[in-house]
Amino acid sequence: MNIEMKGINKSFGSNQVLKDAGFLLKDGEVHALMGENGAGKSTLMKILTGVYTRDSGTVLVDGKEVLYKSPQEAEKAGIVFIYQELNVLFDLTVEENLFMGKEITKKFGICDRKAMREKAKEVMDRMGVDIPINAVMSDLSVGQQQMVEICKALMVDAKVLIMDEPTAALTQSETEGLFKLIKSLREKGVSIVYISHRMEEIFELCDRITILRDGTYVDTKFIKDITMDDIVKMMIGREIGERYPKREGVEIGEEKLRVEGLTKEKKFKDVTFSVKAGEVLGVSGLMGAGRTEIMQAIFGNLPFDSGKIFIEGNEMKIKSAQDAIKAGIGFITEDRKTEGLLLEKSISENIVLANLDKVSDKGVVRKAKVEEIVKKGIDEFRIKCFGPQHECNNLSGGNQQKVVFAKWVYTDPKILILDEPTRGVDIGAKKEIYSVINDLAAKGVAIILVSSELPEVLGMSDRIMVVHEGKVTGIIDANEADQEKVMTLATGGTL
Amino acid sequence: MGNKENVALNKKSWVSYISEYGAFIALILLVAVISIISPEFRTAGNFLNLLRQATFNGLIAFGMTCVILSDGIDLSVGSTLALSAVICAKLIMEGCPAILAMIIALISGVILGVVSGLLVTKGRLQPFIATLITMTAYRGLALILTDGKPISNIAKSIGDRGNQFAFKLIGKGNFCNIPIPAILLIFALVVFFFILNKTTFGRKIYATGSNAKCAKLVGVNITLTKIIVYAISGFMAALTGLILISRLDSAQPTLGDGYELDAIAAVALGGTSMSGGRGKITGTIAGVLIIAVLNNGMNLLEVSTYYQDVIKAIVILVAVLSDRKR
Ligand SMILES: Nc1ncnc2c1ncn2[C@@H]1O[C@H](COP(=O)(O)OP(=O)(O)OP(=O)(O)O)[C@@H](O)[C@H]1O
Ligand SMILES: [Mg+2]
Repeated sequence: MNIEMKGINKSFGSNQVLKDAGFLLKDGEVHALMGENGAGKSTLMKILTGVYTRDSGTVLVDGKEVLYKSPQEAEKAGIVFIYQELNVLFDLTVEENLFMGKEITKKFGICDRKAMREKAKEVMDRMGVDIPINAVMSDLSVGQQQMVEICKALMVDAKVLIMDEPTAALTQSETEGLFKLIKSLREKGVSIVYISHRMEEIFELCDRITILRDGTYVDTKFIKDITMDDIVKMMIGREIGERYPKREGVEIGEEKLRVEGLTKEKKFKDVTFSVKAGEVLGVSGLMGAGRTEIMQAIFGNLPFDSGKIFIEGNEMKIKSAQDAIKAGIGFITEDRKTEGLLLEKSISENIVLANLDKVSDKGVVRKAKVEEIVKKGIDEFRIKCFGPQHECNNLSGGNQQKVVFAKWVYTDPKILILDEPTRGVDIGAKKEIYSVINDLAAKGVAIILVSSELPEVLGMSDRIMVVHEGKVTGIIDANEADQEKVMTLATGGTL
Repeated sequence: MGNKENVALNKKSWVSYISEYGAFIALILLVAVISIISPEFRTAGNFLNLLRQATFNGLIAFGMTCVILSDGIDLSVGSTLALSAVICAKLIMEGCPAILAMIIALISGVILGVVSGLLVTKGRLQPFIATLITMTAYRGLALILTDGKPISNIAKSIGDRGNQFAFKLIGKGNFCNIPIPAILLIFALVVFFFILNKTTFGRKIYATGSNAKCAKLVGVNITLTKIIVYAISGFMAALTGLILISRLDSAQPTLGDGYELDAIAAVALGGTSMSGGRGKITGTIAGVLIIAVLNNGMNLLEVSTYYQDVIKAIVILVAVLSDRKR
C-alpha cells in the first residue's frame, strides 16, 4: 500500500503542531519517522489513522484521497496503529485485550474461547513471546503489556503497520524477536512506519527515513546514504557532539547507600551492593530480571522479606515512600504513565507535588515559590509546552519524561534511583538528561541508573551491576566492561 | 517557548469560560428568571431566608467536595448528622453543659468520619460500600439512643443562661441582621477555599484523587489524606446537625435523611469530577445555591411538589451536561 501525506497542517488551540508536514510510504518498506520530542511524529500518524482530523492538507492512499473518521475505519482499510501510549484495559485478561471488539464467536454471539486462545497462541509464537493468556493485564510488566499491544495489532491482517516507539519498554531479546517479525512482514509486502529514538535500531531495520522538525517536513533519505550525525543534524538543526558526555573531575566520595542481602521470595535474592557519593551505578539485566522490583523495595514501595538498607552508614527502616524520601532517596519510576505523572494535571502541579515542602511554609503554598521552581524546571529541561499550565496528557512522550525528571531533581536527593530515565526521550534531550545526571553526580549525589539500553549503561556508569533472575551476577568496573561481558552476565553466564 | 504562546493561551475562548463557570451562569439565569416572575423572590428577607436554607446543604456539600475530590464518596453524612445531633441533645438532657455537649457532638462527627475513612483505607472497602455501611449503622445507633422518639424542648431544659444562649445562637442567632448559619456558611466557604487552593494538604487531596499511585511515590500519605477527608466530612455533618437541632429545638433520630443526595447533587452541579482530582469549591457553592434557589423559587411560585423534583432533575441534568468537557 502506498501512502502519501502532503502539506498537512494541524493546530491544537492556538498552538500549531504541524506546519506543512508530510511523508511518502511505499509498498513493503520499513520507513523510519524521526524527530525530536514534540516534533509531531505521533500527531502526523494520528492524523493518518483518523484519531485527529487535519486542518488542511491531503492524504492519498494508493492514489485516492481519503479522510478516515476513526481508527476503526483506518483499520478496516488495513492501516493499524500501535500507539506510543499503552492502550490496554488493565483489569481485563490478555485474551480479552487481544480480542476486544473483534471476538471470535460461535452461534448466538457466544465467545469461542478455544478458537481465540489458539489464534492468540499462534500470534504470540510468531512473536516469540511467552505471556500467560489468562493473566490480568495489570499484573504484567510494562514490557509485557507492550508485547500484548503489538500482538493485538497483528491479529488484524494489516497492510500498513505503524509502530510508535514499540521497543521503548522492551529488552534486547524481545526487541530481536520483534525485528525478526518486522522483517518477515516486510517480505510479505507489508509497509511499516517505524518511530523510534534509538539510532541503532533505525540503522538495523529501516530502508528509508523521513525527518520532521518542529512539525515541518525536512527530508527523506535512504538509510544507506546517511550517517547518524546527518540524522541528528537534520533533527535538531545542529550537531550535538559526544553522545555520552564525560564526567570530568568528579570525585567519588563516601558511601551513600548500602544494601545487604535484600531478599524477597520469588522476586530477588540476596542482593548486596553499594553506591558512593558522585558515583553512577548502572544496573543492567533482561526484562523481568527483578531490577525494578529491587529498586521499588529500596524505595519502600514493595515490602521485602529480609535484608538491610544503610544510608550514609546508618541502618534505616524504610517502610514507605515517605520514609525513603525522608532518608534522602529520590525515585524516577519506569512507568511514567501510571506512576510517574498526574497525567490530567499541569506541569506546574506535578513539579509542585514532589516539592510541597519546598514551596510552602507552615502548610501554605507560596505562589511566588511555585512559579520560580516551575519556571526553572521548564527552562532547565527545555520542556516543550505552552507554559506551566500545560496538561501533561498533551505533552509529547519525551517531554512528559522531562517533567518527571524535573520534579525529582529539585527535591535535592542524596541518592537518586533512575529506572529507565531516557525511555522515549529524543537524542538531544537524552544528552540533556545525561548532563543533568553528571551535574548531580558532581554535586555528590549517588546515582543508580537502571536501563535496558546497553550503550547508555556502558556510556554513563562508573560501575555496572548485572542482575539475572533476581540475583546479582556481577558488579564490574565500567572501564573493563563491554557489551559482551554484560550480556553474558545478564543471561546467567560467568566471566 | 516564547511569550506569544503564553498570551494566546491566556486568551481563553468563550466556550471554555462557559464550561468553567457553567454553574454560575446557570445560577444567574435562574435568579434572573425567577426574579422576573416572582416579586416576592426579590426581597431582602427572602434572600436571607434562602441563604439560611442553603446552609444545611452547603456545609455538608463542602465536606463532600473534599471526599469526592480524593476519589471517594460519603453516603453517611445524613446519618452522621443525626447521630451527633442526638448525642448532643441526649447529653444536654442528662445535664451536661450545652457548650460542652456541642463540642462533644462535633468531636463525635470527626470520629464517625474517621471510622468511614478507616474502612476505606485500612479495610480496603470501596468508598461507596464503606459509607453505605456506616450510613446504616449510624442511623441505627441514633434510633437506639433515642428509642426512636424525638428529644424535644432542649433549650428549656438548659439551666444555665450562657449555655442556653450558645445553644440558641448557632441556629437562630443573628449578627447585624444576618443569620448566624449564613455567616458560618460564608466562613466555611473561605476556609475550604483556602485549604483546597492554598495549602499543601489541598494539593494532596487533588493528587490523591487524580492518581493515587503517583502521589504515593512522591511521598503523599494517601491513607492519612483519605482519613482526614472523611473526618472533615463528618465534622461538617455534625456542625450542620447542631444548627438543625438549635433551630428545631428538638433532635430526631431521622434527622438529615437523604441529605447525602442533595450534597452529592450540589457537588456534581458544581462541576467536580466524580472520579476525583478535578473540581472547585466555588463550583460547589454555586451548585448549592442553584438547588436552594430552585426550591425557594418553586415554593414561592407554588409549583406542585411532584413537579418540583422533576424540574430539579432536569436542571441538574442540563447543568452537568453543559459542564462536561467536550
Ligand atoms: N491533544 C493535544 N492537545 C494539545 N497539544 C497536543 C496534543 N497532542 C499533542 N500535542 C502537542 O503537539 C506537539 C507534538 O506532539 P507529538 O506527540 O506528535 O510529538 P512526537 O514527535 O510524537 O514526540 P515524542 O517523540 O516525544 O513522542 C507537542 O508539542 C504536544 O505538546
Ligand atoms: Mg510520539
